[in-house]
Amino acid sequence: MAEVLVYVDHLEGDVRKPTLELLTLARRVGDPVAVHLGPGAGNAAGVLAEHGAVRVLAADAPEFADYLVVPKVDALAAAAAAVSPAAVLIPSSAEGKEIAARLALRLGSGLITDAVDLEAGDDGPLAHQSVFAAAFTTTSRVTQGTPVITVKPNSAAPEAAPAAGTVEELAVSFGEAATATRVVERSPRESTGRPDLTEAAIVVSGGRGVNGSENFALIEALADSLGAAVGASRAAVDAGWYPHSHQVGQTGKTVSPQLYVAAGISGAIQHRAGMQTSKTIVAINKDNEAPIFELADYGVVGDLFDIVPALTDEVQARKG
Amino acid sequence: MSLKIVVCVKYVPDATGDRRFAEDLTTDREAVDGLLSELDEYAVEQALRIAEDADDAEVTVVTVGPEDANDALRKALSMGADKAVHVEDDDLHGTDVMGTSLVLAKAIEHTGYDLVICGMASTDGSMGVLPALLAERLGAAQVTLLSEVSLADGRVTGRRDGDAATERLEAALPAVVSVTDQSGEARYPSFKGIMAAKKKPVESLDLEDLGIEAEEVGLAGARTEVTSATERPARTAGEVVTDEGEGGKLLAAFLAERKFI
Ligand SMILES: Cc1cc2nc3c(=O)[nH]c(=O)nc-3n(C[C@H](O)[C@H](O)[C@H](O)COP(=O)(O)OP(=O)(O)OC[C@H]3O[C@@H](n4cnc5c(N)ncnc54)[C@H](O)[C@@H]3O)c2cc1C
Ligand SMILES: Nc1ncnc2c1ncn2[C@@H]1O[C@H](COP(=O)(O)O)[C@@H](O)[C@H]1O
Repeated sequence: MAEVLVYVDHLEGDVRKPTLELLTLARRVGDPVAVHLGPGAGNAAGVLAEHGAVRVLAADAPEFADYLVVPKVDALAAAAAAVSPAAVLIPSSAEGKEIAARLALRLGSGLITDAVDLEAGDDGPLAHQSVFAAAFTTTSRVTQGTPVITVKPNSAAPEAAPAAGTVEELAVSFGEAATATRVVERSPRESTGRPDLTEAAIVVSGGRGVNGSENFALIEALADSLGAAVGASRAAVDAGWYPHSHQVGQTGKTVSPQLYVAAGISGAIQHRAGMQTSKTIVAINKDNEAPIFELADYGVVGDLFDIVPALTDEVQARKG
Repeated sequence: MSLKIVVCVKYVPDATGDRRFAEDLTTDREAVDGLLSELDEYAVEQALRIAEDADDAEVTVVTVGPEDANDALRKALSMGADKAVHVEDDDLHGTDVMGTSLVLAKAIEHTGYDLVICGMASTDGSMGVLPALLAERLGAAQVTLLSEVSLADGRVTGRRDGDAATERLEAALPAVVSVTDQSGEARYPSFKGIMAAKKKPVESLDLEDLGIEAEEVGLAGARTEVTSATERPARTAGEVVTDEGEGGKLLAAFLAERKFI
């Protein structure tokens, strides 16, 4: 069977969940070969193998951390040249998409971004996408070159499928462009102890109705009772009540959890664009005409300052 | 020596309208009114601020799109850009992002540039990859997704709020920058700006002017193919109850029924 390159998103060898989802999807198209850049390949190899990586191509160099995007493109291009893969799969983060785009250009290939599912087709992989704020579902394929496809988090449930996962050194030589944009400083985002927004099974979001940063404690308490991540609308972020890294929507994160709880959010098209593919949607809003109710599976019309704490208590009581 | 700034602006269907596909599975650009992508207003704004701080700078806005895309250029000119370039050609219909990046790169080279500024993503296609592709094609530094940008001594610096970390980036010109909607409110065109825009030059270019063959772009040159597009069944609104003191309990019961608790 042909091999498929899977770009590993990790923090010093700690592999993020979307990569495991990618390995699962990759197996529908070929044998996954993981590409691990930066430190920690030895650590990562175990979990990559467990999820189906037949090989792990590893390269470590300071360039990957010290310069923006391009060193990773050089490495993936080297991997593609070494493997001649049937496709290259990359997690759909902002950086992942940029890497994918430049790689596709170098390979003379077509690019598909933000796939939500993948299947094998007669002429290469077929990618499903959700477009126009999730109003349409499309199926696309790459017609030229090695398909380069980025896939959104939560597109598949990671499955175990043990394979060899042998670590092999990948030789990379960096081009002139690799060192053009220097990362002079990096401050890692502080961990909140809550699940990552894009990976979480449950997301609880607050909007303008939350009315103040101190009141976000109510949203956080509900999130914690459910083991959820916290999101916010742009109105809440612009007001300075919650960090931008938690914004859900067109210019924030796209989330696709099992459960999305929107409290004090009206449901503007740009907000919907980031959450409409959630499996179950619940809304709390005091305006019974808020558009969010059009897509909610369950809605409560009322004051979030009464309902959210009551719900939190009830969840805690039921969980014992 | 004057600083040449090129801003890429896209004319997009209004997001609050009913966006659809045409029969050939390209975006239907007839059915909905269009406008300058709101996210590209941030790019125009940063270009104008950088130009105002520079001794001598010229801001050119470039668009690739149908005749109506002229509206997007006029808006950018009325905000304060100096001149505009409109690439328009019947053969461009159905061009994918790879083709668009080729056309834009050629138009930018034709115009001449030190700094290219883009929006973070189109509000219609929303791939957010065009700036990276431009950097690759132009061989210029990629300094993208900035929530803060400045230019001094021929070097671009900026803040990029990434998924896992916030980074400070630095690169020498020439560079391709993209800015987010966190980079600073875009100005409204003044009445004077709107009047002045009517007299500003708009250069029209077609594929031949840029030395691009028809087969390299359009549906013919596209490297991807949409094989089907289905409208998602509109999410059917579920049950909506009014809180009369039991709202929290009712919600908990719903979540329990769906096995979330
Ligand atoms: C280019 C562009 C990009 C954008 N990107 C995004 C994005 O990524 N994400 C995003 O969210 N938005 C985005 N927006 C903004 C979007 O259009 C809306 O303005 C925003 O989503 C509104 O946030 P909201 O629902 O919290 O506020 P509002 O629309 O003001 O709604 C607040 C809601 O809270 C309810 N409420 C008030 N008090 C209470 C209470 N005590 N109890 C219960 N309910 C209460 C109100 O009835 C109302 O429905 C973007 C806009 C543009 C133009
Ligand atoms: N047809 C176009 N004409 C001019 N600029 C464009 C065009 N398409 C995209 N851009 C620029 O590229 C950015 C990102 O676009 P995209 O990759 O399509 O999301 C936009 O914000 C614009 O600055």
